[in-house]
Amino acid sequence: MSIPEVDVLVIGAGVVGAALIRELSRYELDLLLVEKEVDVSFGTSKANSGIVHSGVHDRPGTLKAQLAVRGCQLFPELAAQLGFLYKQNGAVVVARSREELAELEKLAVNGRANGVKGLSLLNQEELRRLEPNLSPELVGGLLAPSGGIVVPFDLVFALTENAVSNGAKLMVNTEVQAINPEQGGFFVRTNQGGIRAKFIVNAAGLGGSEVAAMLGDDSIQLYARKGEEYLFDRKLEGLVHRTVFPLPSQVSKGILVIPTVEGNIMIGPTAQRVETPDLSTSLAGWQEIYGEARRLVPTLQPNDLITAFSGLRAVGTTGDFMIAPSTLSPRFINAAGIESPGLTAAPAIAEYIVELLKESGLGLRRKQNFNPIRSVVRLRDLDFQAQAELMQKDAAYGQIVCRCEMVSAGEIRDAVRRGATTLDGIKLRTRSGMVRCQGGFCTPKIIRLLSEELGLPPEQISKNGPGSELLLGRLRAVQEEGRKEEQLHA
Amino acid sequence: MPKTKAVDLVVVGAGPAGMAAAVAAAEAGVEKIILLERQAELGGILPQCIHNGFGLRYFKEELTGPEYAHRFVQELKKHPGLKVKTETMVVTITPDRKVVTTSATEGLVCYQAGAVILAMGCRERPRGAINIPGTRPAGIYTAGSLQYLMNIEGFLPGRSAVILGSGDIGLIMARRLTLEGVRVKAVLELMPYSNGLNRNIVQCLEDFQIPLYLSHTVTEIFGEKRVEKVRVAPVDKDFKPIAEKGFDLSCDTLVLSVGLIPENELSLQIGVELDPATGGPVVDSFYQTTVEGIFACGNVALVHDLVDDVSTESALAGRAAAAYLKGEIKTKRWLPVKAGRNIRSIVPQRIVVGQTTPLYIRARYPERNATLHVGDGQTKQQVVSPGETIYYTLKPEDIRTADGWVEVSLEGGRVHD
Ligand SMILES: Cc1cc2nc3c(=O)[nH]c(=O)nc-3n(C[C@H](O)[C@H](O)[C@H](O)COP(=O)(O)OP(=O)(O)OC[C@H]3O[C@@H](n4cnc5c(N)ncnc54)[C@H](O)[C@@H]3O)c2cc1C
Repeated sequence: MSIPEVDVLVIGAGVVGAALIRELSRYELDLLLVEKEVDVSFGTSKANSGIVHSGVHDRPGTLKAQLAVRGCQLFPELAAQLGFLYKQNGAVVVARSREELAELEKLAVNGRANGVKGLSLLNQEELRRLEPNLSPELVGGLLAPSGGIVVPFDLVFALTENAVSNGAKLMVNTEVQAINPEQGGFFVRTNQGGIRAKFIVNAAGLGGSEVAAMLGDDSIQLYARKGEEYLFDRKLEGLVHRTVFPLPSQVSKGILVIPTVEGNIMIGPTAQRVETPDLSTSLAGWQEIYGEARRLVPTLQPNDLITAFSGLRAVGTTGDFMIAPSTLSPRFINAAGIESPGLTAAPAIAEYIVELLKESGLGLRRKQNFNPIRSVVRLRDLDFQAQAELMQKDAAYGQIVCRCEMVSAGEIRDAVRRGATTLDGIKLRTRSGMVRCQGGFCTPKIIRLLSEELGLPPEQISKNGPGSELLLGRLRAVQEEGRKEEQLHA
Repeated sequence: MPKTKAVDLVVVGAGPAGMAAAVAAAEAGVEKIILLERQAELGGILPQCIHNGFGLRYFKEELTGPEYAHRFVQELKKHPGLKVKTETMVVTITPDRKVVTTSATEGLVCYQAGAVILAMGCRERPRGAINIPGTRPAGIYTAGSLQYLMNIEGFLPGRSAVILGSGDIGLIMARRLTLEGVRVKAVLELMPYSNGLNRNIVQCLEDFQIPLYLSHTVTEIFGEKRVEKVRVAPVDKDFKPIAEKGFDLSCDTLVLSVGLIPENELSLQIGVELDPATGGPVVDSFYQTTVEGIFACGNVALVHDLVDDVSTESALAGRAAAAYLKGEIKTKRWLPVKAGRNIRSIVPQRIVVGQTTPLYIRARYPERNATLHVGDGQTKQQVVSPGETIYYTLKPEDIRTADGWVEVSLEGGRVHD
């Protein structure tokens, strides 16, 4: 097998790697994005608050502030091109007391210094009018109309799919294990074989320090800060319209009440430094989040909870994003310490890194036929007319697999063609099994469809990769039937 | 709107409720009936219930789930005007009874129905609804979906299991898993009593020496890719786990049988009133909902213990829909029921005056030697358990003196210790 030779190798298919590969796919370049997990967006970019921050919170002069504000501005057009789930719903930071009102004013000054547009302070009455379900104890707010919400993994899928359709290569299940500099670039060893690359971008999220260390670069030190999130049923849609923030603390933006693009309400996240980075949730986390969230929206009820998850922020040592060429090689760019607002900033981080690559000598020639558009079928978003036409063309769109979200067999099959190989991959791409019933009804059907499309026995279908297979095997009686059949045929 | 077909009656769901309702309506003379089912097979939950225990009340003999379903499937075939559409999903129902469906064979179709019977059944409460801390590995199943995977698809989920919840499906699955060689370490129940039928506790747990831990719950799930173990703890009077008394059970499969919720997305869409006590639509003695011409029966109205009751009630709803279509149901004088002492729920919620009405009543907590009062009527109840339905047939004379509502209560009982 010949060793792939590429101009740019991007390590890590989170939102940063995905945004970068898509930005680079505008140019005549050989591009490769590698990801160690079975699918893209299975790291931090899967499990976060999904907020496109306005940039009011970040300290002026930091990369975080610069790139968040720019990223936030890029979202509306990006969403129009790529069709991911995004909404500019606005954000409101609220004050619980008179003293906090003064803090709000400071925050407004901070935001304006960062270039955030449209900020306005609200008195109690104005706040009540905008968000009638907020606690009557709240005394005022700061409105940031540019803020938005996004379904984070949908963004990553959209970016990578568009990059791939523009010629970039993607390899999942591919873990970078060693990096050796050589003439004109690097030789990279992965579990899937070697890769030659002229430039490398380290967008490995929590793996960022390890990847940098493979080059001998010890400057990247990261730790994990866990955040738990809790999702409520869509019947609460409209409880709040804007994302509601308390005043920020030293380490985080606090516990928020977040309306999701799909109409659910989410509360979280916690911010807790962890030594062993697992993705568990805890009773303490729930108690903290629920307690705080109820101070903002008192009517939230635990009965309406449908699921919980947690994510890990990759936190660096500088308090800011660490995006720069390695001191050991200008052809190796680190994009590390991309904690919040990394999701927001990602499109701007991509632009920024393209500039760094250019400065390091990467030649950039625009592609004539770059296509910025990606489209996917989402049955539930279509009107009856369009649905009927679609079903006429392909009957599989008429066969509903997920009853809660109205997802058809056609969309499940599309999801496999788009790259899903696991139950979670299907769930994140189509939302089947994601809400209310949490897959009680559709899981057996999806296992079957995955097994058909991938040509694998059902026992090999997993939740999210090797080790997470859903079924152990066949029942004894079924095995015996199989043996009898074999004997008959023999 | 897609192309519209006019029919007399649309029945949504071909489980035991929908089948019984459709058959009864056809027998009562309704001509054009469409029975809609999203699965490929008829029978709803029955085909996967391969154990016996069905039919004792309705057919006076003991049948398995598939056998029970088969009897109704045979009945359906006797009525040429009754059309069955499988693998067909209802996506929308309007209050003026337009029913929009989708399927691979026909695409989008809209039926304009004279009457609609909702018989969508119920679904299982997922893990999120009970918020168990820990990781989110593979190997966590709701009992019903596991039953489907085993009995319909023929798969084995794992080697060892813990079951949370001692409702009937949880108990049945404990035995089913054991028979397939899966080691069931325990069945855990948050309440101090099981919500399952007593006969299931004996036949599914005791006969196989599977321990039942009452007043216990799972407090944490461990395992990164696949379930490795669960932490279990007893709970106090307020259902708070007593962490110091916790212990671990290793297993690769966690089965959740933590309750069933009537499947009412479509009911909400139509705008029928729901009863918070049952989670299903408010219905009257004819099983008509608060929207005229829309009926509801079976587990969509109330999660029943026995399929036999579903059949009886649904046949009643089917006949009522037929009467409605003939213009025979006009009387709208009804009295609401009111839950008194130790009553959780009562179905129907509205008693049509002058109508003999079988009631399905559930208690809040167990007690002994109580008297059930329904209006002026009463009966002795030796054993009251929240897990078992209390039956009472309300007769017109029971509510002769009722003024404004019908009170239902259990009085004078002795609470267990
Ligand atoms: C709870 C929480 C809430 C948040 N909320 C928000 C928010 O509301 N708004 C916002 O803007 N930001 C938010 N963030 C931050 C945001 O999620 C992150 O900044 C962003 O997802 C980081 O993306 P990434 O691409 O750097 O990392 P990741 O998504 O982790 O991607 C890195 C990828 O690299 C892969 N990888 C690692 N090592 C290797 C290797 N050796 N070889 C190959 N592949 C490798 C990993 O598997 C992973 O897929 C939140 C974060 C958390 C945890």
